[in-house]
Amino acid sequence: MSTETLDGAELLVRSRPPLQRIWRGGLQGSEYAWAVAFTVPYIALFLAFVAYPVAFGAWLGHEPGLYAELAEDPIYQRTIVNTILYVGIGVNLKMFGALLLSGFFMRRGWWVKALLLVFVLPWAMPALPSFISIHWMLNGEWGLLNNFLWTVFGINGPGWLDTSRWLALGAVITSHIWKWMPFWTVILLAGRMAIPQELYEAAEVDGATGMTRFTHVTFPLLANLYLVCTLLSTIFTLGDFNSVYFVSGGGPALSTHVLATLGIRDAFEVARPELGVAAVLTALPLMIPLVLILMRKLRTTEVTL
Amino acid sequence: MSLAAPRSGLPAAVWRRSSRRPRQRRRLLADVVVWALGLVLLVWSLLPTYNMLLIALDEEGDTEYAGIIWPAEPTLDAFRVVLTGDYWYLQHFWLKFANSLFIALATMLITLAIGSLTAFALGRMGLARGWLLGNFPVLTYAVPASFLVIPFYRIMRIYGLSDSLWAVIAADVTFTTPYAILILHQYAKLIPRELDEAAQTDGATPWQIYRHLYLPLMAPALAAVGMFALLLAWNEYIYQYILLTSERKMTVAVAIAQFFDADEAPWNYMMATAIVYALPPVVIFFALRRWMLAGLTLGGVRR
Repeated sequence: MSTETLDGAELLVRSRPPLQRIWRGGLQGSEYAWAVAFTVPYIALFLAFVAYPVAFGAWLGHEPGLYAELAEDPIYQRTIVNTILYVGIGVNLKMFGALLLSGFFMRRGWWVKALLLVFVLPWAMPALPSFISIHWMLNGEWGLLNNFLWTVFGINGPGWLDTSRWLALGAVITSHIWKWMPFWTVILLAGRMAIPQELYEAAEVDGATGMTRFTHVTFPLLANLYLVCTLLSTIFTLGDFNSVYFVSGGGPALSTHVLATLGIRDAFEVARPELGVAAVLTALPLMIPLVLILMRKLRTTEVTL
Repeated sequence: MSLAAPRSGLPAAVWRRSSRRPRQRRRLLADVVVWALGLVLLVWSLLPTYNMLLIALDEEGDTEYAGIIWPAEPTLDAFRVVLTGDYWYLQHFWLKFANSLFIALATMLITLAIGSLTAFALGRMGLARGWLLGNFPVLTYAVPASFLVIPFYRIMRIYGLSDSLWAVIAADVTFTTPYAILILHQYAKLIPRELDEAAQTDGATPWQIYRHLYLPLMAPALAAVGMFALLLAWNEYIYQYILLTSERKMTVAVAIAQFFDADEAPWNYMMATAIVYALPPVVIFFALRRWMLAGLTLGGVRR
């Protein structure tokens, strides 16, 4: 049968399998029942604990008045700026650092391997103890950092967390990078290790060394992974609550909140859940395109995390 | 003529020397840079943990850093106080520890059960519209846990789960299962389909294939995913803080954060609690790091 002799409509009708077959994908009778039974727990979980809370949240934050209230609130305005700085600087510094360090950890030698083990400690540690410790370290009066500056250099260090918004925000971003750079370094390290050695040998024959090796072999092969990691990291960082909550606590004077912490503050400390949800929902314009690009990327490439 | 001799005699040696020297020097310089970077990374990675230890071992619990790198009279007294629950905030320490452990273990088991069943149906049974279902997990990734906690609190009251450990477990499972499905789905592609088909022709039901073929072969991936779920549930804070309200349901993480809210609190006790809390996940992580990393980088990163 040659398709040229059929017109479009006929082809469409002929090639379409029965509707039931589409749904069941060739599974028959009891097998289909099994497949449904196997997926029911997850679907139930998704409906009860993702779909319903999301819908409930959307309903809580549906009043336009809430957004007008937020827009006029100076704390919210500062929060938006903080969130953009936190995510923009935090993610890019972290990913770029991870890219460079993954190259560093490709070096041979026992001490590099040992150092890698120490380097992943921040990632292995729960966030809460580390961030509390950092908070204490940065205390203006008795923190380790200022005591060190005083004893060794005779400098009177500033109150890192309670005097200036920018110092505190910088401390929060640094803490976030400290905690999460090891994770992405390991991911990118695995990506680098998967590049076949022959490619480097071939490049060397062609005269590529050092920088050109990186720009012409390593980076083109890592670019896709790097992009997916950056997208994922942006989503994770937007939702990262711990760094701000425990390092600066949103202070001084509520000036270093990000959307994640402001939402929780409004909902539980100010006891206005609808305002908290509204604050968090304003991240959607950034979130939705990110997720769409990510889903497409994940489907077209083999990258998974 | 007289010039020709030295010219022909010297060059090789001179050349080699003059070209080797800078190269050697450059290599030395590179070594110094690498070692310096290594040292910076070492200090950077260990500093907060070191600070934690310093405070926990200090008798008074204040960090008068006086140019020494170790407390003059280190004492383990703070750890004794923590482990015997000998302080107001640390009452029922072991009950709180048990609560944290229960949440972590339950999250691990439920994640493995739901994750493996779903991944099996998606990957092995050729469920059509499977890709549609497969997108759910990615969608869940898109909703940050800290955003969802606000409606979650209300919903748990509707479900009658307020101040229940199961509410926290439900939340943790919600956020670990998507990852579990993605990793297991990916790993299952390494297992040849022919095995399933052979079992099927022998009359095995899907359940038998899942139970006796799929699960044993998936053991490494299940271990990695299970550990991931266990650690996430142990380390998680915000859901435990919001969803658990009574003293007897409290977890270790919430107990530590309680110190943080107080104006006058013995910081050495807080840091000692923090170390006791951090120790199990860190030990598990380093003991099983090969599995963890394998699970993390499975299949995918090859590109």
